[in-house]
Amino acid sequence: MLTRLIALFTALWLAGPLLAQGGPLQITITSGVIEPIPVAAPTFQAETGGAEQLAADITSVVLADLTGTGLFRAVGAESFVSTVTDFNAPVAYADWRAINVQGLITGAVAVSGDQVVVKFRLYDVFTGAELGQGLQFAGTVQGWRRMAHKVADQVYSRITGEGGYFDSRVVFVAVDGPKDARLKRLAIMDYDGANVQYLTASGSIVLAPRFSPTGDRVLYTSYASGIPAINMLDVASVANRPVATAPGEMAFSPRFSRDGTRVVYSLSNGGNTDLYLTDLGSGQHYRLTDSPSIETSPSLSPDGSQIVFESDRSGTQQLYIMPLTGGEPTRISFGDGRYGSPVWSPRGDLIAFTKQGGGRFHIGVMRTDGSEEVLLTASDLDESPTWAPNGRVLMFTRETLGASGGPSLYTVDVSGRNLQQVPTGGMAADASWGPLQP
Amino acid sequence: MTKVIAIALLTAALGLSACTRPDRFGAGAGGADPTAGGAGVVDPTALGGPGDPRSPQYFSATVGDRVLFPVDQSTLTPEAQATLRGQAQWLATNSDYLALIEGHADEQGTSEYNVALGARRANAVREFLIAQGVPSARLRTISYGKERPISVCAEEACYTQNRRAVTVISIGTLS
Repeated sequence: MLTRLIALFTALWLAGPLLAQGGPLQITITSGVIEPIPVAAPTFQAETGGAEQLAADITSVVLADLTGTGLFRAVGAESFVSTVTDFNAPVAYADWRAINVQGLITGAVAVSGDQVVVKFRLYDVFTGAELGQGLQFAGTVQGWRRMAHKVADQVYSRITGEGGYFDSRVVFVAVDGPKDARLKRLAIMDYDGANVQYLTASGSIVLAPRFSPTGDRVLYTSYASGIPAINMLDVASVANRPVATAPGEMAFSPRFSRDGTRVVYSLSNGGNTDLYLTDLGSGQHYRLTDSPSIETSPSLSPDGSQIVFESDRSGTQQLYIMPLTGGEPTRISFGDGRYGSPVWSPRGDLIAFTKQGGGRFHIGVMRTDGSEEVLLTASDLDESPTWAPNGRVLMFTRETLGASGGPSLYTVDVSGRNLQQVPTGGMAADASWGPLQP
Repeated sequence: MTKVIAIALLTAALGLSACTRPDRFGAGAGGADPTAGGAGVVDPTALGGPGDPRSPQYFSATVGDRVLFPVDQSTLTPEAQATLRGQAQWLATNSDYLALIEGHADEQGTSEYNVALGARRANAVREFLIAQGVPSARLRTISYGKERPISVCAEEACYTQNRRAVTVISIGTLS
């Protein structure tokens, strides 16, 4: 039953709101919202003395990850008919069926020194069978949230058939100060807003950080030298260095190539902005576009062979695709309004973008040929989408206007459901969602 | 005479700091007092004040240190051109000043596009000043995109003030 529901679920999810209009699916939809799958995760067993609090914390992060997707609903402990007292004991399926739990997650936590081991099992209650095998993760006590995320990624992945995204980090711009004197610094956090750390001081403007494909480095635009220039930061050591770009007045909008050895960016000269590529190893520069218009915000295809970018060569901002080696760009956006900040899905199937028109901003997605455009959000100012590692969720900046307004990060899934603010603990903008951690 | 030299040195020092740290919160990048010019901490009377046509205060307040642009445009309006002719004349008279032209955009656009748009606006001013006879070596440009609004309301009355190019002058040597 769980697997069948999941299959329907996935089909609906892939198709987005279109299927929600009707069709043969026997899935409960209320006002266009999918009925989340009920899951239960009794507090994980503490297998060593003193591990009770950690076990409870890990359990609650696992549940927060799952329910945060909007695809799952946690059945509370007050409804439980039976409890789980032994991680290895057989599951009393009837007791969980009785309270309509479909997915049961059990776990155990053992602490030894500063090391913690987390074990879990996932059960399909209606078929009365374990879904996948029990698994365990080991790490430091301090990094306990990562182990909770890893458990949740496994559960999510087994039920949806998709890769997870919980054990991932996000680099972003932390924003302070009044609107006419903003202070900005780079920060990094877990995907859910936990563990915020600052990577730069706030003495100068920083813009649009972007993770390397493996998440070890961050490219960003810094005004520290007095003009916009590209810097590269090593995440582990926080060592920072300027990237030597092609000769020009201002360099910005940097992105790593998929192999992490080259940088695609915008260079402005005499008021004209074009795309360039610099090989970090050899220091060789290549000009990718040569047009009197603005070319910026590049994003690489997953195979690294193409870029999507924005250009106003037609008179307004529109999206174009061209080979990474240069060549004639192909326009893919044709709707009303202006299109900017495109980002290629890690799955390769979609391009997310910012759309502006009629005084509103939207985050939207379209196929790589520009077809099937869907707008997922609408507000006074939404921009800068970034994809979750599995290509199913987008994070973006939503800014409220006026003197007291400010930017925050939000997530929305690719079907437009489950809009949520990310709790960053302060104003935040310009997120770049890194890969799943090893 | 000694006093004049001291003042000139002070101005030069301030000008230098403005050159090396253009993303400070000076008058051009969002300071509150438009009469303070590029050297916001100097007592205006010490430099001859806004009444002295050779003072930075006179440049910003009377000549006009900024021009405004229509939405998503970098073309210079007739009013902007008139202001820039005044700036070119002032720079011709005061040939010991350099100018940093800051391009800015309002918040109604995506961040990176606005950096490019600000560069376009700064360059439009630069080209106009060069056409008016200002040596290009005395002019530099920078774009702040939408990072440094001076008016913060969410109405056109504010946006129009933010779509600007500001000419920030400083005494300094050509590099």
